[in-house]
Amino acid sequence: MDFWSVYAWPTILIVLSILAIVVPIILSVAYLTLAERKIMGAMQLRQGPMVVGPFGLLQPIADGVKLMAKETIVPSGANRVVFIVAPMLTFFLALVAWAVIPFDDGWVLADINVGILYLFAISSLGVYGIVMAGWASNSRYAFLGGLRSAAQMVSYEVSIGFIIITVLLCVGSLNLSDIVRAQEDLWFFIPLFPMFVIFFVSTVAETNRLPFDLPEGESELAGGFMVEYSAMTYALFFLGEYANMILMSGMTTVLFLGGWLPPFDFAPFTWIPGVVWFALKVAACLFVFIWIRATFPRYRYDQLMRLGWKVFLPLSLLWIVVTAGALIAFDWLPE
Amino acid sequence: MTTTEAPEAGVKIRPYSVNFGPQHPAAHGVLRLVLEMDGEVVERADPHIGLLHRGTEKLIEYKTYLQAVPYFDRLDYMAPMCQEHAFALAVEKLLGVRVPERGQYIRVLFSEITRILNHLLNVTTFALDVGATTPSLWAFEEREVLFEFCERVSGARMHCAYFRPGGVHQDMPAGLADDIWAYTERLPKFLEELEGLLTENRIFKQRTVDIGVVSRDDALGWGFSGPMLRASGVPWDLRKAQPYDVYDRMDFDIPTGTTGDCYARYLVRMEEMRQSLRIMRQCLTEMPKDGPVKAIDHKVSPPPRGEMKRSMEALIHHFKLYTEGYHVPAGETYSAVESVKGEFAVYVVSDGTNKPYRCHIRSPGYVHLQALDLMSKGHMLADVVSIIGATDIVFGEIDR
Repeated sequence: MDFWSVYAWPTILIVLSILAIVVPIILSVAYLTLAERKIMGAMQLRQGPMVVGPFGLLQPIADGVKLMAKETIVPSGANRVVFIVAPMLTFFLALVAWAVIPFDDGWVLADINVGILYLFAISSLGVYGIVMAGWASNSRYAFLGGLRSAAQMVSYEVSIGFIIITVLLCVGSLNLSDIVRAQEDLWFFIPLFPMFVIFFVSTVAETNRLPFDLPEGESELAGGFMVEYSAMTYALFFLGEYANMILMSGMTTVLFLGGWLPPFDFAPFTWIPGVVWFALKVAACLFVFIWIRATFPRYRYDQLMRLGWKVFLPLSLLWIVVTAGALIAFDWLPE
Repeated sequence: MTTTEAPEAGVKIRPYSVNFGPQHPAAHGVLRLVLEMDGEVVERADPHIGLLHRGTEKLIEYKTYLQAVPYFDRLDYMAPMCQEHAFALAVEKLLGVRVPERGQYIRVLFSEITRILNHLLNVTTFALDVGATTPSLWAFEEREVLFEFCERVSGARMHCAYFRPGGVHQDMPAGLADDIWAYTERLPKFLEELEGLLTENRIFKQRTVDIGVVSRDDALGWGFSGPMLRASGVPWDLRKAQPYDVYDRMDFDIPTGTTGDCYARYLVRMEEMRQSLRIMRQCLTEMPKDGPVKAIDHKVSPPPRGEMKRSMEALIHHFKLYTEGYHVPAGETYSAVESVKGEFAVYVVSDGTNKPYRCHIRSPGYVHLQALDLMSKGHMLADVVSIIGATDIVFGEIDR
């Protein structure tokens, strides 16, 4: 009996709760691709997928089945192991980060006290998948893509780090649930509005989305680090990218948009469960991601670096000082 | 970048060379560009051509003059009618045939429609090259309408074979003029929306301003023409400089740029579309309401169907025209038109038979492609894509 209560049940419970998180996420990734195609279609005077299922609702399933049925091609010059590991790593990292995201009060897999550091660490590791893919493909376009992403992700991580510090100053805890609870009176995007904007732009850069999709660079690098990938290896990158988008939107929601909290703390809003508010906020962020993609041209490599190092970094540094100063001056520091 | 240690004497560092194209989304067809790069910076751009060579010039030598017309559609397939125009003008000059006034107006009208067709595509694919996906899909919607006009007038959407030596193939169908007029009223609104997405967009400007600058002298020296030359500040337009058909009666401006960069090229093209609309409106108002659209001389242009049913002579003309073709007096001519991309010209040598002895084609894209190295040297890889986009390259006319 001891074996069951000490080892088996907890393990089964953890596995079940992991599944309860991962399966909805993978499903939402699938439907995010559909949403993206539909939204971009609407913005571009077309309809998006319409054929598979009603309103194309089964399109993501069809795409998934297609990609799984295809042959995985490994280029002869490629480093086989790294080539295969790279997409797995990307996908794995995009999912593992969800462990600390609170979906509702108490709905979190690991309510650890260094949650935000964990999240930051995991999202920083994401660059390895891309660099490995760029290097292992042994292709010039992929190599350039890998180089670009290494530089890009590192530079935007720096400002994201400073922005997180600003938020932490206002909260006084590294626990993500505490961060959300600290926003009960006022969501942080109002007092920290400039930081919110910089954070959102940085997350766009961090997820390699337009206008910062230089590692892919469809029109110059023809797909960049993904150029040699096919079938499931490609699909894993694709899923990883979209899971990262959702993760980053979740991070924005937790840090600035009050997580699971309803926008107003009275009757009709409080009836709706927190997880729905969380999902709605994430969806709103994702919509902006897609909207940006449909609107803007792509930055050039050096312009992107300039924006990261010469605009965002000084601004976020300045804002740390301003925030800290204000907190001390008006004695607003959290206990 | 500074290196800490000087490389050993005699050691040469091989540049990172990238084979850009021919299968590349931004190569605009089958451009193969060998780029020698220092990191992201392009040191040398070496364009290779010939992957779309179809021997058009040689093929034309084995075709009658009428059969040669469709080849011109397939050169720059984004500007079919302007190229037919050049060939038609050349053959008319050799034949000494005068095109009836209505035919001339229709040709000018459709040349300008072609210009809008091309510029809409070029401006928006240029935007696509710098990463903006939406403009191109919007523009395709507008181009569709123009393609329908082409279809209604000639039966074909792209490869119209509509301008023939002696005039145009057939008169415009009833109602087309009104629809084109309505279009000239609606396109400016679309152009404004398009500009809203691009002209003042910071990222778009960062990607195009001061990229691929060609000075006035360089532009002239490299033989630029069309929007590329005008963006460098030279107000040279064959429609004004040596008007053909009824362009001398048209009132329009030549937009010129001042900076000679990709952004200036974009602005020039946007303004040219507006000027084209002006010309189209003038054509529609000034055009004779009826009258022949092709030369009356039935040794050159086919007789009407009705006449063929009654007149023996007309039947013979028809038979001769569509089998042997017409004989063109010996001589040679260089006829140039302001095609959408610049000076498009044909040099036709006739030896008095029914087929051209030689037909040399001067395509503007070929000349512009030569300057790619000049324009992209020292820029980054992403800029090369912008430059190719702004140069408006179509391989059909470069490889011929």
